[in-house]
Amino acid sequence: MDRAEVEAKMTDLLVDELGIDRGKIAMSASFEEDLEVDSLGVVELLMALEDNFGVSIPDEEAEQIGTVGQAVDLVMQKLGG
Amino acid sequence: MAGRVALVTGGSRGIGRAIAEKLGADGHRVAVNYRSRRDAADEAVAAIVAGGGEAVAVEGDVGDAAAVAAMFGAVEEAFGPVEILVNNAGITADDLLLRMKPEDWDAVIRTNLSSAFLTTKAALRGMLKARWGRIISIASVAGIAGNPGQANYAAAKAGLIGFTKSVAKEVGSRGITVNAVAPGFIETDMTDALGGEVREAVLPSIAVGRFGTPVEIASAVGYLASDEASYVTGQVLVVDGGLSF
Repeated sequence: MDRAEVEAKMTDLLVDELGIDRGKIAMSASFEEDLEVDSLGVVELLMALEDNFGVSIPDEEAEQIGTVGQAVDLVMQKLGG
Repeated sequence: MAGRVALVTGGSRGIGRAIAEKLGADGHRVAVNYRSRRDAADEAVAAIVAGGGEAVAVEGDVGDAAAVAAMFGAVEEAFGPVEILVNNAGITADDLLLRMKPEDWDAVIRTNLSSAFLTTKAALRGMLKARWGRIISIASVAGIAGNPGQANYAAAKAGLIGFTKSVAKEVGSRGITVNAVAPGFIETDMTDALGGEVREAVLPSIAVGRFGTPVEIASAVGYLASDEASYVTGQVLVVDGGLSF
């Protein structure tokens, strides 16, 4: 899966699973501030990433995710490794 | 009414069995959890099926993380993700605190309180995805007012109440309600173990003038599990015949 595919799938997940407005999603968007995702929303996002990309994300690594782009980075890294 | 998938821990006997039967009668598919009494769980399942409902018995010690994971796997395989979770499993190991053994403290906390941590965590994942869920824990008036000889049991039940209120705040925005029902004196094997002397002593304190029945607790649980109770969360519904108000 290349980066464009991961970005597209990530966008779909944010829309479908977290109910985020598609127009607000950008790679630089912060989950907390720009997308108004609360702490439980972040947990839901991680669950969705694990389910949909088949990756496992430990809590320490999850804490590094601040923006949509960073979430894509982490998934890319997991898929590559 | 849309049938949901329900799991009742400790559902083979007493209050748990009445809850399982009530949820089955309400059209839900019910997983009846048991630890050791397979025969009793099979009877509960048979009673639900005889009433036109769907049910399955699932084994598992709810105080054991691996057993809880296996139990949720079994329920999911049979019916799908759990939508209504009833944390009912409970034991007593009564004694005055000064005589209470550490193992009796630990066993009661593990089975009555830590179990809810394990089961609720396991159930929440599916509920979050579905944006719908009902978590109902069976507390006790002992957890509110205390009861001599039950420091372990009362601590576990009070713990369930704090747990209920905290989780209710965490997941309220996702269509999931979390409540507790606190029974008073109910006719079960557990209260049968009380001597006649204790029964005579408490009766005058009960406004309704009698012990309650498991069905009367199940009715409260049935309400909290329903769509009608969608705006009720973080509550402790005391069902005790007027013992404690």
